[in-house]
Amino acid sequence: MSATLFFAQALNGIQLGVLLFLLAAGLTLVFGIMNFVNLAHGSLYMMGAFIAATLYNHTGSFLLSAVGVVVAMIAIGFLLDRIALSRLYDRDHLDQVLATFGMILFFNELTRIIWGPSPYNMQVPPMLEGTIDLFGIAYPLYRFMIIVVGLVVALGCYLLIHKTRVGMLIRAGSSNRMMVGALGVNIRMLNTLLFALGAALAGIAGLMAGPILSVQTGMGEPVLILTMVVIVIGGIGSVRGAFLAALIVGVVDTLGRSMLPWILREVLSPSAANAAGPAIASMLIYVMMALILALRPQGLFPVRHG
Amino acid sequence: MKMTPRTIATVLILLFLGCVPIYAQIAGEPFYLALFGRVLVYAIAAVSLNLLLGYGGLVSFGHALFLGLGAYSVGILSHHGIDNGWLHLLAAIVVCGIVGLISGAVVLRTTGIAFIMITLAFAQMFYFLTVSLNEYGGDDGMSIFQGSNFGVLKLDDPLSLYYTSFVLLLVLLFAMHKLIGSRFGMVIRGTQTNERRMKAMGFAPLPYKLTAYVLSAIVCGLAGVLIANLTLYISPSYLAWTTSGELVVMVVLGGLGTLMGPVAGSVAFLIMEEVLKAWTEHWMLVLGLIIVVIVMVSRRGIIGNLPGGSR
Repeated sequence: MSATLFFAQALNGIQLGVLLFLLAAGLTLVFGIMNFVNLAHGSLYMMGAFIAATLYNHTGSFLLSAVGVVVAMIAIGFLLDRIALSRLYDRDHLDQVLATFGMILFFNELTRIIWGPSPYNMQVPPMLEGTIDLFGIAYPLYRFMIIVVGLVVALGCYLLIHKTRVGMLIRAGSSNRMMVGALGVNIRMLNTLLFALGAALAGIAGLMAGPILSVQTGMGEPVLILTMVVIVIGGIGSVRGAFLAALIVGVVDTLGRSMLPWILREVLSPSAANAAGPAIASMLIYVMMALILALRPQGLFPVRHG
Repeated sequence: MKMTPRTIATVLILLFLGCVPIYAQIAGEPFYLALFGRVLVYAIAAVSLNLLLGYGGLVSFGHALFLGLGAYSVGILSHHGIDNGWLHLLAAIVVCGIVGLISGAVVLRTTGIAFIMITLAFAQMFYFLTVSLNEYGGDDGMSIFQGSNFGVLKLDDPLSLYYTSFVLLLVLLFAMHKLIGSRFGMVIRGTQTNERRMKAMGFAPLPYKLTAYVLSAIVCGLAGVLIANLTLYISPSYLAWTTSGELVVMVVLGGLGTLMGPVAGSVAFLIMEEVLKAWTEHWMLVLGLIIVVIVMVSRRGIIGNLPGGSR
């Protein structure tokens, strides 16, 4: 494998990583504050992708669809939290898992009714077509943009959480929700806000992923499971952990898929390598997660309590 | 035995399941035999999950893993021309036991959300493994040409398969009843209620939890052997996380930590699914809503709401 290919694949890994971070950031904060398991977060990502694709195909403006999808997802997130999820915060994890599992079935079928069973098409905007020259490597401009947007959002999250008053409340809430409530902060409202913000980030992820992945029913689940892996590896409730773990998962998964078959061919016979390569590559991050949790059950970058 | 509503429900459900083949024969509807055969298999899997979920308080979201391992044990051996049922059974037990032991040792180090996610991760790991097994059908799955042959008992006949599953379920329920009342069951239930107190009383919870995890894995593997014989087909969908989710729904719908709950839950869930499928093409939408409403409204499940007995 050449150095250029390796570099391009590493960039692809980072690009997957920042997409995962967009999903993980909102999810990990709601996990951290309300101790709430939300399996339906992948459905928000799917809804975001469908709404963005529809807006883009009708208006032709990528920027307009970005604004539209953020507004729509904040509305959906707000409603979902107020109508259904807020009733589940006091329940145990099992009830939360089940109810949000039901919501996944609901949203999947809803998109199938509205947009039909076949993948919905979304093109890369003409402005972002072509490639960009990175240290002598031609890399698709659109994918590069995803990385840039992801890093900007990550920086925004960092500033929000560490430099603002709201962020201070969020951090306080994730270490002791009851105490923050007792100090006169409307922690429910704060959480609804966070949930809507998480939905908006999921919508942005859906928008960005739309042109490079196929927009279709059920696209949320594989991503959701990867996001869960990210959150658990990173340490539940930690945005910094989610960011680093997202990059680790993105890069390990992408490089594993492209390099493992190639490495295995050096040690095994070609047929055995071709058979085993994809299998091991797709299991790689789950093995990594199991190993990390076996050694550090709290994740790599746990939130410090107390 | 006192005739509480719960006992009556237990007897009625088992009588009903026992009589299904007779009705199917009289009405000339072999469809019912297949449907309730599936109900029995899922009931066995759900009873095994209930040991973790209901009695141990361990929210496993990857139990379909063992259903799939059991099914693939039959499928892979049969693909290589081995149709000896005892070997199928042995393979399923050994594979589920080993995978259960190793994964259990890892997952039981975590609690709460991490436990849910890591059980899911283990199931996904094997899901992708089966997807990439091109020799055994890969993504599409593979037909099984010979079911398990137990000498005198051949499972390729729907009726004998049905009654084999039924008898296995009865034996399992009896064993579960004994197990839960035993010292082992007391420790498991005590750990769910208050793990710290159990430790203070001098019990190390981990060996008990791990034993329960492995037992549950093996029983679910048996359900996998049966489902492979029932459908004569294996595919990665048995290990899919939605299957794990459905198993959890069945247990909760029927009543967590009740003996008959998982059976009642799988009867109710699969009948509901059939009815919805017949009613509308978009049955998943309705099913999703029903699951949400069930969780919000009923906290104790079908059997759990009937008076009589603490379990």
